[in-house]
Amino acid sequence: MNEKTMLDDDHYENVIREESVCTSENLVYERPETLLDTPLHYCPGCGHGVVHRIIAEVVDELGIQEETIGVAPVGCAVFAYNYLNIDMSEAAHGRASAVATGIKRVLPEKYVFSYQGDGDLAAIGTGETIHTCNRGENLLIIFINNGIYGMTGGQMAPTTLPGMKSTTSPFGRDVKSMGAPLKITDLVAQLPGTYYVTRQSVHKPANVRKTKKAILKGFQFQKENKGTCFVEVVSNCPSNWKMTPLESNKFLEDQMLPFYPLGDLKNPERKEK
Amino acid sequence: MKELKLMKGNEALAEAAIRAGCDAYFGYPITPQSEVLEYLSREAENRTGMVILQAESEVASINMVYGAAGTGKKVMTSSSSPGVSLMQEGISYIACAELPCLLVNVNRGGPGLGTIQPSQGDYFQTVKGGGHGDYKLIVLAPSTVQEMADFVDEGFELAFKYRNPVMILSDGALGQMMEKVELQAQKERVTMPGLDAWATIGKPVNRDHNVITSLHIQPDKMEEINIHLQKKYRTIEENEIRVEMINCDDAEYIITAYGLVARICTKAAELARDKGIKVGVIRPITLFPFPINEIAEAAGKVKGILDVEMNAGQMVEDVRLSVNGKVPVEFYGRMGGIVPTPEEILEAFEEKLLGGAK
Ligand code: SF4
Repeated sequence: MNEKTMLDDDHYENVIREESVCTSENLVYERPETLLDTPLHYCPGCGHGVVHRIIAEVVDELGIQEETIGVAPVGCAVFAYNYLNIDMSEAAHGRASAVATGIKRVLPEKYVFSYQGDGDLAAIGTGETIHTCNRGENLLIIFINNGIYGMTGGQMAPTTLPGMKSTTSPFGRDVKSMGAPLKITDLVAQLPGTYYVTRQSVHKPANVRKTKKAILKGFQFQKENKGTCFVEVVSNCPSNWKMTPLESNKFLEDQMLPFYPLGDLKNPERKEK
Repeated sequence: MKELKLMKGNEALAEAAIRAGCDAYFGYPITPQSEVLEYLSREAENRTGMVILQAESEVASINMVYGAAGTGKKVMTSSSSPGVSLMQEGISYIACAELPCLLVNVNRGGPGLGTIQPSQGDYFQTVKGGGHGDYKLIVLAPSTVQEMADFVDEGFELAFKYRNPVMILSDGALGQMMEKVELQAQKERVTMPGLDAWATIGKPVNRDHNVITSLHIQPDKMEEINIHLQKKYRTIEENEIRVEMINCDDAEYIITAYGLVARICTKAAELARDKGIKVGVIRPITLFPFPINEIAEAAGKVKGILDVEMNAGQMVEDVRLSVNGKVPVEFYGRMGGIVPTPEEILEAFEEKLLGGAK
């Protein structure tokens, strides 16, 4: 804000004229083919949009748009199918990995992924998550963990941090009566069916690049029929955390990451070395 | 090649699924229908490459069906009453998203965990909804092991014709009993036509992406979807009613019954005719669409109707709506897994419609 008001109008116009006009020569960043030209409904600063873009970029780079089928969850990302230009199925709450299993079993040559939030994947859909991973279904599960129910307006999630306030833990999550946060990614990493399990974030450019690599790997391993790949993205919810996007990224780094440390929980490539 | 065999209802149904060229079955064990999953696990993959998966629950299996049906493959599941209750959310989604698939309920006695004996207590659940919202399943009610087998292929035909889930509503006796069954020749597993218009099979460059969803957040859009569904259901009502009329032409009284009970009632009607009382039987084969006109027409020619079911009186409501007060409609039912005998049905008939034994 301050920066903007310090600049005079002339300067602005020059910037627009000289730097902001896209030509084929200076174009360094564009909408991936797999991302539809639809304005995202996500709140400003929310991680969902970034992860959508990453998926679209990876699908483009692998050239698999025609062979990829996605499954959307119930939650803020319920409309993921409005943004991703691939065939998609919208699952009932928690059932995305069962729906993805159904698709993958009858179309084993396609790339199938589910995109799920914490309430969807780690509360109502825990059973499906565990058994999908345990069977080692050849699909990619992308798990957005922001420790809160976004779409329904900020209720406690299975991953809400101890002491963290939500509309249903207004005095902070009391682990004695509400249970401790469920580290489902650690759990699925224990299952023989999972092949690659990692926890990433998208709150900084370097992390965005790492998440992209993880999702890319998830699709590549799927081609090799390796088993379930599971990519957790520790994300934010500025709206329901009641923070600005910047504050939410700080909270993510200071509070979420110590509890949900980033890195691979299971990486076959590393084992082989 | 057609083949004649002596088979259990559940196994005949499973065999028919293989022969119908079914692509996938997702299910979970529950008595009295576990033979379907068992038989398919033994037989299917080697013979046709059909996918068989034992899910971790009925909730998972119905959602696997949702996913797989969304690719336009011929997919099915089967279960029994408590398991089918668990599937209701998924069935509602499947109906709204208009996914063709075959569901089977080998009905056992309820409510609750109930019994593992035959029952017709799930008529309301199957025909009136079960899950949330305004939707309809096409419901086929077999009364023989032969029909358990035949309705598989017929069910798939209907499911794809209308892009609607079809339910075979059987019961624990039909599932378990052995009868002679003529099996149809093996059909090839084929890719259904027209999938590019709706199915999630991977998007070619030259078409828009397909989305399978039951979410339409704008109320006017959601109403549009509902109107479309209702229109489809009316078309189904116009075209797909199946009903068997047994000795109704000269009948003075009618017994209405579906499934296995209709066979017992046919015997009861014969016993009545032996006594000189002309009784016919109307057996609705499709429970949705319901043979309203056939029953209404027959009601105009008789003195009374007895509806017999293995429940507390469910289909009788539809019979009464069809008859619309023209003649008395009485009800006789057994519950909890008890199958009525022809003799007790005749006794009930005489008591309720003739004012006592003749
Ligand atoms: S409610 Fe939270 S998770 Fe949902 S879009 Fe807004 S910021 Fe993102």
